[in-house]
This record gives sequence, C-alpha cells and structure tokens, in this order.
Amino acid sequence: MTVMAKPGQSSAASSARRILPYAGIAVVVVYCLAPFYWMVVSAFRRPQDQFDNSPLPAVWSMENFSAVFKPDVGFGRALANSLVVAGTTTVLTLVVGTCTAYALARLRFRGKNLVLAVVIATSMFPTISLIVPLLKLFTDIGWINTYQAMILPSLSFALPLAVWNLTVFFRQLPFELEQAAMVDGCTRGQAFRRIIIPLAAPGVFTTAIITFICAWNEFIIALSMVNKKEMQTATVAISKFTGAYGFDQPFGTQMAAGVIVTVPLVVVVLIFQRRIIAGLTAGGVK
Amino acid sequence: MATTIATAPEQPGSAPPSPARRGGAPERSGRLAALLLSPTFAVLALVVGYPILAALRESLYRRGQGLDEEGFVVQGDRFSGLDNYLDIFTGSGAPVFWGALWNTTFFTVTTVAIETVIGMCMALIMHRAFRGRALVRASVLVPWAIPTAVSALMWRWTFQADGVANALIGREVLWTTEGLQAKFAVIIADTWKTAPFVGLLVLAGLQLIPQDVHEAARVDGCGAWQRFWRITLPLVKPVLLVAVLFRLLDALRMFDLPFVLIGADKESVRTLSMVAFDEASNLRYGSAAAYSTVLFLYVAAIAFAFVKLLGADILGDMREAKPKRGLRARRAGKRKGVTS
Repeated sequence: MTVMAKPGQSSAASSARRILPYAGIAVVVVYCLAPFYWMVVSAFRRPQDQFDNSPLPAVWSMENFSAVFKPDVGFGRALANSLVVAGTTTVLTLVVGTCTAYALARLRFRGKNLVLAVVIATSMFPTISLIVPLLKLFTDIGWINTYQAMILPSLSFALPLAVWNLTVFFRQLPFELEQAAMVDGCTRGQAFRRIIIPLAAPGVFTTAIITFICAWNEFIIALSMVNKKEMQTATVAISKFTGAYGFDQPFGTQMAAGVIVTVPLVVVVLIFQRRIIAGLTAGGVK
Repeated sequence: MATTIATAPEQPGSAPPSPARRGGAPERSGRLAALLLSPTFAVLALVVGYPILAALRESLYRRGQGLDEEGFVVQGDRFSGLDNYLDIFTGSGAPVFWGALWNTTFFTVTTVAIETVIGMCMALIMHRAFRGRALVRASVLVPWAIPTAVSALMWRWTFQADGVANALIGREVLWTTEGLQAKFAVIIADTWKTAPFVGLLVLAGLQLIPQDVHEAARVDGCGAWQRFWRITLPLVKPVLLVAVLFRLLDALRMFDLPFVLIGADKESVRTLSMVAFDEASNLRYGSAAAYSTVLFLYVAAIAFAFVKLLGADILGDMREAKPKRGLRARRAGKRKGVTS
C-alpha cells in the first residue's frame, strides 16, 4: 500500500538504497579475499602453467603440494617447529597471564593503572630492539638454534596481548558468584578454580587462539635466532624456499606452502569469528 | 573460615565504597595482587626490560679489534661513547640511516592514513550490513590471520613482472625492483592486510553509538554526510585514535613485509628495523643497538605524543577510577562528554 502510494522516483531511490549495502559488502569481501584466492588458485596450478593468469587453473594439480613435502625441503620439520614454538608460547603465556589478568580484573590495589599502562606499553616496543641484545646474549650462552631462543622473545608480544585480553574477559564475569562461593566457605583460591576458571574458559580459549595465531605468524624472532635449516619455523622456511623446478623463485611451491600454513588458521578463524573479533577489539576499544 | 568471612565483604563492587572499606581492603588484596602480578612482571623484565637496557648499553660499545694507547691489539667490546650514534647520524652510516628513517616514516604515514580511511569505510559498510554480516566478518579476519611473511610472498607473486597485477592494469611494472614502485607494492600489501583490522576496531566503536542520536539528527534534518562528520566521527574518535596509535607503532617496526616482498638489501624499502637486523646479523651489535635504540625512542615519542597531546585513551574503561558499579554510568557520561 505505502509502496504503491510512493512516486516512481522515490521507489527507484529506495531500491538503490536496498542494493547499496550489498554492493558495499561485496566490495569488502572481494577486497579481503581476492589476493588469498589468487594464492590458493596458484597453488593448484601445474608447474608448467604456473604463469597463467586465468581465474581458474586449466588443469588442477597437487604437484606444488607434493613438492612442498619433498624430503629435501624439510617443510614437515618446519611445521613441527612452528607448532612447538607457537604452542609452548601460548601455554606459557596463558599460565602466567591468567593469574595476572585475574588480579587486574578482580582485586583492588594501588597502582593498577600503572600496571595496565606498563603491560600495554611493553606490547608497543619494536621487536628489533629486543632482538639485538637477546641475539648477543643467546649467542654467548649457546642458545642459537634452540626452541627457547624463539619462545622467550615471543613472550614479549604474546604476554601483554594475553593479559590485556584476559583482563577484559574476566571483568565481564559475574563476580557475585565468586563472592557467593566464598560466603559458602570456599577460599579465594578455590573460588578461582571452581567458579571463575570454568566461567572464564571461553575467554581463555579465545585468548589462546589469538595468541597462537600471533606466535605462529611471528617472523623476525625466528629469522634472527636460528640459522640451521632444521630449526626454522614454517614462516621462515617458506621465505627461504629454493627452486625445485628451476624458476628464479619457486612461487608455485611457495604458494602451496602458504596455503598449508594459512588454511588451518583461516578455518579456525571462520569457526570462532565472533569470539576472535570480541577478543581483538578488546585491546583497541576498551 | 574466619578469614573467609572477613574477606568476603571486601570484594570490589559488593557495596558502594565506604571509607572504612577502602581503608582495609587494598592491603590484603595488595599482597595477593603482588603475588599474582609478579610472574608476568618477571617475564616482562626478562624479555623486554633487560633487552631495552642492554641495547642502550650495547649501543655505547664497539666490537672487534682496536688499538690501546700503547699500540697493542685489544680484542672484544670496548667503550666508544656516542661513536655509534655519531656514525649513523653523520658518519659512514648516515646515508643508510637517513634513508631508512625516511622510508620508515614514509611507510608509516602513508599506510596508516590509507588504512584509516579504508578501514573507516569498511566499518561503515559492515555497520549497515544486516544480511551477510557473518560472511563479511569472516572475510575481514582472513587478511589478519595470514602470516605477514606469507602475505608478502603472495604479493610478490601477484606483483611478478608477468603476474596478475600487471595483467590487470595492462602495464609492465617491475614492482619488486628498486624505486618508487617497490614502495607502492609495500604500501598496497600492508594496506590490504591491516585496513580490515582497523575496520574491525572502528566497527566496535560504531556499535557503541546509540541509534537514537542518529535518529534525532535525522529528524532535525541532517544529511548523511553531515551526520557522519558531526555525529559518527566525533563519537568514534576515541576508538579511532587508539586504533591509529596501534597501527602507527606497528608500522614503525615494519620488517617482514619489505624484507620478503622486495628483498633484504633494497635501498628503496629499507626500514630502521631492517637496517638494525642487518647490522646484528653481521655481528655489528653496537651499531645494531644504536639503530634499534633510535627506533625505540622514535616509537616512544610517537606514543607519548598521542597519549599526551591528542589524548588517546589507551586504558579506556580498564582504568580503575571508580568502583565497577559506576562503569555503565561512566560510559554513558563519556559519550555525552564527547558530543558536547
């Protein structure tokens, strides 16, 4: 009824207004996914069609992927190294960060703003200014080409990130429950273990994902602290691939390796997108 | 049991704060807080505090052989005062340093400016989207999740001489060779990866703006453009400032992207981080430390300027000013404060 009453001009305008948001969404989605799409498509080309610019491979092939896992490339080992470094960093960060975040979210004490400021300030320091002295130190004590030489410096960015995220999550918990448990005879430690930890699990889990992704994507520390191929993490290994097919740079193999490194992250991100966004914006907004 | 009862009423937010409660509680909480905070601070002292100080010290020393007063060869580090700094400011390292400083600044200013504009547009689009919200949210996270090193390779592949970028624009640009085009390649790749992230942060800020403010403005006859400039932008400004600050600091330490996308020793994209890395891997720790200390001071100065001069509120609602009960009221008050 109202639609019919409107003059033609305005209905055209309203249909444009309906379509416009979808066009906007389409632009954003294409912007974000097109380069990634190109990496995936290039990975599935045959090495001899590598330089085709057709939107889909003429012939789909797994050759690039099998080239990635050739024994002399050592990519399996690199993936395992990444898993060890990122996994350990995440676990250590969570163990240490959870306690701190609990204190920041729950307890009242003097100097809390200062603590928060220090935590966030440390996350802003340029990684290279930490690496130079640590590289010298680790060289002196023979830690070059070890996992701990990559894990310890990774804590410098992982820990502030985790503490901040966890604090935001913990603050949203219903603290009356903890209090009720303490009235019922729990100690503060018990209340923390039995009430807060189960309630906080989703936040901790999200923080774990974000920390893991950041540690997995780390490049400069792994590049500096390791000069032996067997100890390289995946990101460093990919950037150092040498040609398996005699091109200047083995792009096909690198794209395939890039897909292998990225797709698990993308899948995790798609599954937990809502939580991850809540976590990511926690640092910037509140 | 007795202690339990004694501590229970001291829980934050359990009651409106009374002077008596304030007097008693912090002491006991303080001890527990110190216990819970100490592991984090021990780790941070070890992996952040120590290196920063060590770098400062290191930058005053020079490695390698030298001659002492009597003409004997001396091995190992020796104190050299500000020589490392003089060297990079005015001495043999000067062209590299000023070039890297310029590149770092240029990349930071251009990428953050572009990312802020694109991110803002994305946030406005996502804010309007009702259907397809999940899709757009998921795709926005993809650039964030891809490792920078991998994204650099991806763009290197795209920017190949006979790659898809040249095919699309119908030109033969040698993107990854020295020159302005290499800078553009870095800027494009960086913008792609981080603009969506800025968009996410701004979107979160947009969602805090109550809809009725917009409605009221519309009723009063404001156009869309006016509503954006007069309402949306001022209200989202605190969030935007923090997002821009984080991006600035991140861009200042840029390393992976130019390193992998263009190359380690390409003058036109060499950043301060890359020079420091290069010096360190050639075992010139003294000058590497000088470079990284300069970068550190640069970052600190920018952060200080943002917080003190522009009033970027990094702590935001995390700040402990009032009891938590007052949080909601404070948020609302903050919003009003911004409009006026």
